[in-house]
Amino acid sequence: MSAAEVRGTDAVAIRCRGLVKRYGDVTAVAGLDLTIARGECFGLLGPNGAGKTTTVEILEGLTAADAGDVEVLGARWGRGTDRALRERLGIQLQETQLADKLTVAETVQLFRSFYRDSHSVDEVLDTVQLQEKRGAWVGKLSGGQKQRLAVACALVSRPDLLFLDEPTTGLDPQSRRQLWDVIVRFRTGGGTVLLTTHYMEEAERLCDRVAIVDHGRVIALGSPRELVASLGAAHVVEVATADATALAPLEGALAALPGVRGVRLAAGRASLTVAEVHRAVPALLALLAERGAELSDLATHHATLEDVFVALTGRHLRDA
Amino acid sequence: MRDHPLIQLTLSQLRGFYREPEAVFWVFGFPILLAFALGIAFRSRGAEALQVGVVAGAGDSAVVAMLGGSRHLAVQRLAPDEGQRRLASGRVALLVVPGDPVTLRYDSTRTESRLAVLEVADALQRAAGRRDPVAVQEQRVTERGSRYIDFLIPGLLGMNLMGSGMWGVGFAVVSARTKKLLKRFLATPMRRSHYLFSFMLSRLLFLVIEVATLVGFGWLVFDVGVRGSIATLVLLSVLGSLAFSGIGLLVASRAKTVEAVSGLMNLVMLPMWVLSGTFFSYARFPDAIQPVVRALPLTALKLTVAGDQSRKLAGVTAIRPRSGCRSKRVTMRSAAGNGSGRR
Repeated sequence: MSAAEVRGTDAVAIRCRGLVKRYGDVTAVAGLDLTIARGECFGLLGPNGAGKTTTVEILEGLTAADAGDVEVLGARWGRGTDRALRERLGIQLQETQLADKLTVAETVQLFRSFYRDSHSVDEVLDTVQLQEKRGAWVGKLSGGQKQRLAVACALVSRPDLLFLDEPTTGLDPQSRRQLWDVIVRFRTGGGTVLLTTHYMEEAERLCDRVAIVDHGRVIALGSPRELVASLGAAHVVEVATADATALAPLEGALAALPGVRGVRLAAGRASLTVAEVHRAVPALLALLAERGAELSDLATHHATLEDVFVALTGRHLRDA
Repeated sequence: MRDHPLIQLTLSQLRGFYREPEAVFWVFGFPILLAFALGIAFRSRGAEALQVGVVAGAGDSAVVAMLGGSRHLAVQRLAPDEGQRRLASGRVALLVVPGDPVTLRYDSTRTESRLAVLEVADALQRAAGRRDPVAVQEQRVTERGSRYIDFLIPGLLGMNLMGSGMWGVGFAVVSARTKKLLKRFLATPMRRSHYLFSFMLSRLLFLVIEVATLVGFGWLVFDVGVRGSIATLVLLSVLGSLAFSGIGLLVASRAKTVEAVSGLMNLVMLPMWVLSGTFFSYARFPDAIQPVVRALPLTALKLTVAGDQSRKLAGVTAIRPRSGCRSKRVTMRSAAGNGSGRR
């Protein structure tokens, strides 16, 4: 092994190639490749059922892949080093319900006992800001507090690599921001994070790089900024007319408007990817007036990862 | 030490149990209530006089007078149709129709009626001047450990060990599985053996309380003592508890939902509740199913615990087991690998 290769291994937290997992006739993961660098916060973004959780559980060594190669922190699962590898991972699973009748502190202490090197209960409760709830039963916690406790149980092992599977799904905005703070602080300490989410805002806010996953494959990869930039324009204009059929014949004319980079028609609405809103909108209004189409809705926003997903798949993340 | 995963896992099992008031009631309270209710309902009333009717008619006074000498008989004069009604309803064990010969009318399938026949015939013959060729002396003993509650407590103990062992382990495993807690544990470096041993440890700790409560209750309220050695009782309880925890784990090993495991548990436990002789002797079941009944784990546990309870008593008073059920108990004990108590 050359020196370059050794360094390469060292700088990589997770590498997987050609990952495949089938459940009966359903192919959950269909040949997925990922390379995640040490110290990076990497997001797997995709709709429900895209194969994110299956992928993560394969990487965590909890599910066996049907095909493909997985390397985590330079080790492979099932080679007799699993326990040593687990010492270095922090894992939060989607939908784990911790025991209701244990207190917060007891739960952390239980998880702490599994590791050779770990944070104290107080340290980790301070990190996730659950110190005032340390004596409360898990069953009495709010959804956000339960999720922070789940993350606390993942952090207690002083992990090098933290897996978070939809950590903020179903949480209110404030709880979500509290969890984001925890993740940001972990990263500041040099940790690597693999995060799955179907919230664009979360991925844009936290992740250095994002892989958009659909039907078990990576369909786009890059930093959130790069992905949005791949749309070719920074804004999206959505327009609807009173007569739902009026827009369809105009597709060519819409695409020819000044500053418009792309047009997508769906359910009587048009979604235009636009570089310069101040030029495109007056031209759009003029076009509609000229064709006698009555405007019923007009909205513009900055392009997001959601728009990238829509542009790639024709579907929205939430309803895909 | 406190941070050892085995200790922490065991603590979490214990906490999960004692913080669940319902579980505490079903494991500790229910068997005691059951023992109390059944102990009261089937308490020993002592030897009661047999109810005997004499049909009113010629010579009835003479018969009543002849029977009046027996301590074992309660005699009343009855009109013929009234006497027939009482015999039919079991309020008298036997009806005497005076005359020559004296007629004893009774149902031969009823044990107390057959006793009454012997007593009445004996009383009549003695009163008429019979001399007994052999002198007989009666020596009365009261055998401890022959009451229904003495029979019941060992059975309840076995049933309790079965119930708490199986539910305690099976339910906890399945509920951890459905809550994805098992998966979460697997994602840590936790050793699986620690997880399993934590169940055994927590079972053993509860066992002490379970056995002590029930045996203590039996002792204080019904004077059912441990006649054998405490060490044997402890050993049997531990063996029984571990065996049923193992069965619980087996039952829970494939069940995906709490509903499924409840059904499976009942499927496994119900035959043992009915057949294993907790509430009445399993000798009452037909010979054909006896091999099945004896193969049930609860039968073995109940018989060994019961055998141990009565062994020392038997040794002290030197009374040989009289009933068939009793001698079976001895046989079973040796079959269960505890043959040291053979008399």
